[in-house]
Amino acid sequence: MKNKTQNIILIVLIFILIGGPLVLSHGEFGGSDDQGTQQITKNDPGYKVWAKPLWTPPSGEIETLLFTLQGSLGTGIITYIFGYQRGKNKQKKQAETAAKTSAKKQTA
Amino acid sequence: MKRLFSRIKELSQDLTVQCMLIMAVGFAIAPGTVYAMHIMEGMLPPKWCIFWYVLSAPFFIYGLYRLKKITQDSHEKNTKLMFALCGAYVFVLSSLKLPSVTGSSSHPTGVGLGTVMFGPGVLVIMGVIVLLFQALLLAHGGLTTLGANAFSMTIVGPIIGWLVLIICKKLHVNKKISIFLCAFFADLVTYVTTACQLAVVFPDPNHGVFGAWVKFMGIYAVTQVPLAIAEGLLTVIVYNLIISNKLWSEESALLYEK
Repeated sequence: MKNKTQNIILIVLIFILIGGPLVLSHGEFGGSDDQGTQQITKNDPGYKVWAKPLWTPPSGEIETLLFTLQGSLGTGIITYIFGYQRGKNKQKKQAETAAKTSAKKQTA
Repeated sequence: MKRLFSRIKELSQDLTVQCMLIMAVGFAIAPGTVYAMHIMEGMLPPKWCIFWYVLSAPFFIYGLYRLKKITQDSHEKNTKLMFALCGAYVFVLSSLKLPSVTGSSSHPTGVGLGTVMFGPGVLVIMGVIVLLFQALLLAHGGLTTLGANAFSMTIVGPIIGWLVLIICKKLHVNKKISIFLCAFFADLVTYVTTACQLAVVFPDPNHGVFGAWVKFMGIYAVTQVPLAIAEGLLTVIVYNLIISNKLWSEESALLYEK
């Protein structure tokens, strides 16, 4: 199978996997670590949290902002690398064909 | 002094360093109070915090050694570029909090790709940078639990992924399927480890350590199964793109190294 068709199939599968639960399940989609923390207090009600985070994002909006920034920066790096390589390959190909045609001209 | 400055200048022109800086800034501002895999700040007793730190330290040192070796010895032209790519992949995936069939959400780890490309060693470095910045600036995970979180995400995950790759190679499994399995297990095992770490410290009052383990597994690992599958598929896509763009020759992926 060609890589391209394979990739398209895989992307569709990922969409189904991630989108499916949103449609089918009616959970609140809270974070699983919050549940984990609840479970800890259930198992050991006497446990005292002995350290606190040094800084927390002031609001949900700020958090979303930072969240989006993280995703877009990472994607930026990845797409930059792919684009850079694609351009490099293309240039190499052009240079090769140019060299071939000039070689042909010379022999003719 | 002059030499130092010229060295800094040299470094700043290096693409990898630039990428790393961008990534560092990104990690610094990475958000999300619902990061699933991380054990929250102060949720482990001091004794255990020290234990996980001590256990993770040698792996971190080995990671630094591997990183140096990879950048120095490799004859592959794109090693540094690939390293940045794998780092950025971890970075993006750990920012995606995805819904799961259990009705809660969690995020993938993204360590599979780096494991396929470089083996398990270097992931510790990338992972610790992510965890450190999240702990410092995002109230995610924590400084006290950094050792434990690093152990589950950046040490156990990649090592298991690596073992899966080796087994697949021995059994002559299709390369893409083995990459999928590597990413899937690396992701899932991270959460299994977290469940173990918590169960040992907080045994269930009635059913002991095992009872607690089952409960924590229910919370962390079950949510993670569909997400781990999605991560495995995505890793194969990225691998396909890497190969078809000739970023990395198929033979030099560490999986099939001589």
